Amino acid sequence: MPPMKRLDALRAVYDRLGDSAVVTIMGAVAAELQSIGHRPNFFYLQHAMGLASSVGLGIALSKPAVPVVVFDGDGSLLMNLGGLSTLARYKPANLIHVVFDNESLLSVGGFPTATGTCTRLAEVAAASGVPRTACATTIDEFVTEFTAAQSAGELTTLVAKVDAVGPAAFVTDLGLLENRFQFQRYLQAR
Amino acid sequence: MSNHEIAKSPDPKIRYHPAVPVSAANSQIVFDALKTNGVRMMSALPETWLVHLIRLADDDPDVTLVRLAKEEEGVGISMGAHFAGVKSAMLMQNHGFLAAINGIVSGAQLYRIPLLMLISDRGTFGERDPWQTEGGAVTESVLSALRIPIMRLDDPARVAHRIKQALTLAYSSNKPVAVLLTRDLMWEDA
Ligand SMILES: Cc1ncc(C[n+]2csc(CCOP(=O)(O)OP(=O)(O)O)c2C)c(N)n1
Repeated sequence: MPPMKRLDALRAVYDRLGDSAVVTIMGAVAAELQSIGHRPNFFYLQHAMGLASSVGLGIALSKPAVPVVVFDGDGSLLMNLGGLSTLARYKPANLIHVVFDNESLLSVGGFPTATGTCTRLAEVAAASGVPRTACATTIDEFVTEFTAAQSAGELTTLVAKVDAVGPAAFVTDLGLLENRFQFQRYLQAR
Repeated sequence: MSNHEIAKSPDPKIRYHPAVPVSAANSQIVFDALKTNGVRMMSALPETWLVHLIRLADDDPDVTLVRLAKEEEGVGISMGAHFAGVKSAMLMQNHGFLAAINGIVSGAQLYRIPLLMLISDRGTFGERDPWQTEGGAVTESVLSALRIPIMRLDDPARVAHRIKQALTLAYSSNKPVAVLLTRDLMWEDA
């Protein structure tokens, strides 16, 4: 099985994000998604580590008819494990919570996280009460599971094991506030 | 299932705290002011002074109550709600505010979010619980260090007006504001 690069995983589902409000974590994921092509329905939560899933929950509860996709990271999720139990408690059917698990705090130089040795995030999500969980280790599995989650109509946490590689730089020419206000306008029009 | 039904506690018995002299009448005034000013989502992590407010939010079909595992999640949830056009408020005690600071700075301040924080101001003059006293001693100076405007609610007659003013400033400045629920307002045996 060829290992999966997160950039390739994002490319593989990019065309399936057109209708969704997309929230990503900071750094590498944000820069990679932008490198494929920014859209007004993408919000990159730079720096507020752990809170991407909470932002996704706030959107999903406020706009139940809008599909929401969160691209989380293992380090970020470990910083807000309680948030997983909050997600599970309210179970927004319109939310897909993707965790790119590179077993690393890649964006700050590659400090290993506990998911490389002991912690299994899909099981943590399931034990927190998330009704659907899935794992993917290849692009094909990822696309299959992502597509299934989109048609499931049930809160899903999809943990994708990816290589700990990312872009050389994280700052893009899209201003944080420009992104934030554009995203808000997009959502309010939906 | 509506958000309200999802949010409702499964067992009504566990919603009521043992008898404590928290002012039900003034909690109702605060709650009514939030509702009148359009607040439709409240995130909360309980503490004694907030029991009535949280129960009122839980019982109101027009309000989505989000019960948190940690207060910092509430910042992310309010960000998402704001993007989606829903007015929200956070209900927490001052130690909850202290626990939420990184989210406030790198979420609400970095992204210019009008965040209404209702903070029960424990640990100040009249406090009997020794464990509250350190938080009480630093809350206002931490808020000031963060340049977050502070409004104190002590007179029930002025609650509605002040909550309206707090929301007005939050929205005109696109920034967090703190409303301190004081002992004189919340505690009947002050
Ligand atoms: C509270 C806090 N601590 C530390 C950081 C520095 N930081 C930025 S990105 C990051 C790593 C995020 O790891 P993960 O979610 O696994 O995503 P990856 O970078 O691996 O894509 C860290 C630690 C931060 N932004 N906030």
